[in-house]
Amino acid sequence: MMIYADVLVIGGGPAGLSSAITTAEKGAEVVLVERDDTLGGQLVKQTHMFFGSKNEFAGSRGINIAENLRKKVNENDNIKVFLNSTAQGYYDDGIVGISHHERFKKIKAKKVIVATGASEKMLPFPNNDLPGVYGAGAVQTLMNVYGIVPGENVLMIGAGNIGLIVSYQLLQAGVNLVGIVEADSEIGGYLVHASKIRRAGVPIYTEHTIQEAKGKSNVEKAVICELNDNWEEIPGTEKELEVDTICLAVGLKPISDILIQADCEMAYAPQLGGDVAVRDENLQTTIEEIYVAGDSAGIEEATAAMLEGELAGLSALMDLGISKKISKKQRRKTKENLASLRRGPVGRKIREGLKITKEGNDAGKNRYTHIR
Amino acid sequence: MLEKTGIPTSDEIEEVSPSKKRLKSGPVAIAECFRQIPCDPCYHSCTAGAFAKFGDINNKPNIDHDKCTGCGVCISNCPGLAIFVVDYNYTEKKGLVKIPYEYLPLPKEGDEVVGLDRQGKEVCKATVEKVEDGENKDKTFVIWLLVPKDKVMDVRNMKVGE
Repeated sequence: MMIYADVLVIGGGPAGLSSAITTAEKGAEVVLVERDDTLGGQLVKQTHMFFGSKNEFAGSRGINIAENLRKKVNENDNIKVFLNSTAQGYYDDGIVGISHHERFKKIKAKKVIVATGASEKMLPFPNNDLPGVYGAGAVQTLMNVYGIVPGENVLMIGAGNIGLIVSYQLLQAGVNLVGIVEADSEIGGYLVHASKIRRAGVPIYTEHTIQEAKGKSNVEKAVICELNDNWEEIPGTEKELEVDTICLAVGLKPISDILIQADCEMAYAPQLGGDVAVRDENLQTTIEEIYVAGDSAGIEEATAAMLEGELAGLSALMDLGISKKISKKQRRKTKENLASLRRGPVGRKIREGLKITKEGNDAGKNRYTHIR
Repeated sequence: MLEKTGIPTSDEIEEVSPSKKRLKSGPVAIAECFRQIPCDPCYHSCTAGAFAKFGDINNKPNIDHDKCTGCGVCISNCPGLAIFVVDYNYTEKKGLVKIPYEYLPLPKEGDEVVGLDRQGKEVCKATVEKVEDGENKDKTFVIWLLVPKDKVMDVRNMKVGE
């Protein structure tokens, strides 16, 4: 059976939900496909208050934003939601195959918005496969979705926003946070987050790395050491910490598989976490029918993801000829909001990365030729 | 220093602090938000017009301490939990610090707790003067701490004493 739609949105996180709502509110027939059994993506575990502008939910907690978006989706008859469904591939005739309850279903949509999010990066070190070594996302899911603490004494690796936020949530859960290790010479995340953790007495070890995990059947110790300016370990600076949990928050990379498989032109943008689709300022990829939004378009944060979702949705509407005039006006505003969000010093990396996504680069062009 | 440790320098604190005169003339908010991030709820929460309008959302908060009434509405509205209210002359003998608080267990009014500084070091004993309910403030509670007057610019966190 073929399912027909104006817009197919792949991914039910902040970007995908915004795309679905934006397009459906203007009358488009939308299909929303989500791998998980609930909508909301990473928002469902974000218990902290969001930054950003008042217009984009600043000051609200991620969990409440998820609730709000979910409600809008559920109340909109134009959106058909497929949970527990994974998009399997985009085919030449514009059909997307999804697996849904172990059945293969085909969706033929005029426009496809890819909002597949990101996956966590791993860090190589001896014994990183011991039980007790977690990704930060898993720790958040355990604690904030299921109410289970990952351990008693935790070492956090990575002082970006995720490392800092999950650290704070560990403290809130009553877990003993032994410290935060960061290889860079400076804390990468927002310093207000860092100060919040620091005044709870948790040391932040910049210019440090984890050398190895120790333990027989699970993590019993972590060995950390200092790094020099070339990020080389300085012998003699090793420190052993008694921990049963090591939490890795060492970055994210965009989930681009379906874009690559669909043969969108890709570019390597390290500032955005890796390979991302080349697209125009309206988030249209080199394949006319496909748009990207959110972390799958480049690692940023949820407010930007929601705005990108809106932007991709409005672009799809305009290209479909639905509410063209209003969409155009709204799109201009969305773009301005996105630009102002990225204008400051913390947006510098994003701005650099976005330059690459507009122009493309050779690395991206040649990387996937073997797949074709 | 701040970038390396999360602890602001005394110069940085000085820069966002009200004048000595203002500090002694009633409660006043201090935004310990030292670096530009895209965020502006403090401005929108203030009913006294004390926060300068954000021309750019990446601006740092800028409080006109003379307009600030020290009401503290901004404390629980700051996503970074970076705003505090201090009242040097709260009583004849004690000063007051209002801090945002999102931990359990919550202290009760009258409890003796330990005041912590910006690096989590114990600086003094503190008495909980009031616990502002966070349930209607999106779960950020505000704890009023009575501290020695000379510690109002040092105490920025607390722990329930052992």
